[in-house]
Amino acid sequence: MIQSALSGDLPRSRVLSFLLAAIFLVLAFTPFLFSGSQPINTAAKICIFIVLVASYDLLLGYTGIVSFAHTMFFGIGGYGVGLALYGWGPTWTSAGLGLVIALVVGTVLAFVIGLLSLRVRAIFYAMITLAVASAFAILASQLSEYTGGEDGRSFRVPPLLRPGSVLFDIPAIGLRVDGRVLSYYLVFVSALLLLLAAFRIVNSPFGRVLQAIRENDFRAESLGYNVVYYRTVANCLAAGMAMLAGAMSAIWVRYTGPDTTLSFAIMLDILLMVVIGGMGTLYGAVIGATLFILAQNYLQKLMGVASEATSALPLIPHLLHPDRWLLWLGVLFILSVYFFPNGIVGKLREMVRGR
Amino acid sequence: MATTTSRPASDDLPKTPRDLLPVFIAPIIALAALPLVGSPTTWVTLTVAALAMGMMIFVIASGLTLIFGLMDVLNFGHGAFIAIGAYMAMTVLAPLSGWVQSDALTLNLAALFLAVLAAMIGTGVLGWAFERVIVRPVYGQHLKQILITMGGLIVAEQLIHVVWGGDQKPMPLPGGLRGAITIGDFALEKFRLLAVAVGLTVFIAMQLVLNRTKVGLLIRAGVENREMVEALGYRIRQLFVGVFVVGSALAGLGGTMWALYRETLTAAIGGDVMVLVFIVIIIGGLGSVGGCFLGAILVALMANYTGYLVPKIAVASNILLMVAILMWRPQGLYPVARR
Repeated sequence: MIQSALSGDLPRSRVLSFLLAAIFLVLAFTPFLFSGSQPINTAAKICIFIVLVASYDLLLGYTGIVSFAHTMFFGIGGYGVGLALYGWGPTWTSAGLGLVIALVVGTVLAFVIGLLSLRVRAIFYAMITLAVASAFAILASQLSEYTGGEDGRSFRVPPLLRPGSVLFDIPAIGLRVDGRVLSYYLVFVSALLLLLAAFRIVNSPFGRVLQAIRENDFRAESLGYNVVYYRTVANCLAAGMAMLAGAMSAIWVRYTGPDTTLSFAIMLDILLMVVIGGMGTLYGAVIGATLFILAQNYLQKLMGVASEATSALPLIPHLLHPDRWLLWLGVLFILSVYFFPNGIVGKLREMVRGR
Repeated sequence: MATTTSRPASDDLPKTPRDLLPVFIAPIIALAALPLVGSPTTWVTLTVAALAMGMMIFVIASGLTLIFGLMDVLNFGHGAFIAIGAYMAMTVLAPLSGWVQSDALTLNLAALFLAVLAAMIGTGVLGWAFERVIVRPVYGQHLKQILITMGGLIVAEQLIHVVWGGDQKPMPLPGGLRGAITIGDFALEKFRLLAVAVGLTVFIAMQLVLNRTKVGLLIRAGVENREMVEALGYRIRQLFVGVFVVGSALAGLGGTMWALYRETLTAAIGGDVMVLVFIVIIIGGLGSVGGCFLGAILVALMANYTGYLVPKIAVASNILLMVAILMWRPQGLYPVARR
């Protein structure tokens, strides 16, 4: 069953399987394993980013396209649902309608950008998406009467998902399922389904063509595949998945704004996650996103301690300052592009082969 | 028939026809904006501001486009040199505050000259190191290049925070360069005129080097066909490094000017300009200095006019401009590097 759920693409490494199973189990039972709001927030963020990073992997790892507009689609999804809930009231209909509008607008945008630039050269695409995405971010914060500008919009979710709605509460065994837990499972199950869908896509004949294009687009073209068509479709699929991740994020945080969805910093985070985890594996997205977000939440605390401990020395406390955690991840990123281009997942699989 | 075959030997080689069509876009945009803006004085101010901004973008973008044309390397870390150059200039200007604040133009210019020199040398050396450590192992692999230079950008930006701190820094304009010169009704800001002069100097110097010297000939030949230049016995490697260093130094110069123009400085300054720079080199055609010059002017004109008329869509208008130009010429105005 697992075999067919993963479309025959198994982890192929015992350590990796163990890690994945651990991540899956912890994420599946987070609301009951931990108390307090930070663990469940972290877990939801991990679920959302797994989808976002997996969709980016579809582009970068499987098709060999570098896009810097992925946060734009993430943002379109978030804004679509968020603004609909804000403007048309907190009902399921408005959320659904907002998502559909976002998907249509975003897919058309992805299609146009792809058509304009993917036929020229991959490097063009990187630059054009960078320009378009930053223009979009500025536009979103400028058009404040619609989007709430820099402040973004806080909105209310449908009544069922609000913390106040308690489904059942059995204090004897500490089981309390309220709207918050329900939204978490909405996020978790959507993430799981989307990830499995991504596995289905990359292991289909279509996915094989994408990998052929990544390896040698010239040869793929000679074999009769319309490269521009495949690249554009991959682009639209990845954009669609990113928009769904954005919608999940909007439902979870009940807020949408430029800093949380559109900023370039998030784009860099995605890039780091996909490369450190392992490009072109999808498992890398899971590992990368989990590690990165845990590091974001907990490495900073560790660095704070280290910075305190070395405060007598010159410069070093500055290098270890909690705000500089991105510096170390940046170094790790460069090193991993050089030394293990297939990331953690690639490394784990190599260890199996070496034995 | 005989007249065409028996050309006199003294005749030059047939010249490639000059493609002047793109040159007319800039004046057309400028003239089209005149009735929309309304008052001619505002229009002149906007146009001069646009030219100044265009020149600064050109200074930054020219290095990047040459690096791409010659080495097929797109350096996403170019933005880091902009920021580091500006910070270095700020560091030099701080102890010279006496010179900066005085009203004597010569002292002002001397201080600026020293600051710019420091910024250019600093970013040049840094560019050399960047090429060696970051870029060299990934020549010829576009995907890795984009990723690794992006990683370099992250690390460089974080190091700026470590060295200079993260808060916004003031970057005051020297006293003698403040204010404007008024000619009749028209007010021309002094710093903008200086920026135009610097940009034009860089453009002319670059054209002279590229078209009138042997190094320039080799660079142009390398852009067209790298293997042939190597086969003829020239060490194109060293040429690469040289262009990378010069390109980085120009980014430092441009960054200093840009920071002075905005009078404030943050570590993210590079990222803000880089978006415009990318649009410029896409419009101009990758690898083309002339296209880059024209593209910079077009983008700056567009940004300034729409910034005045409909401020909310200023950046989006540049995207539209880029889309329009790519529909007309998918490779940019003057494509050079055919890869």
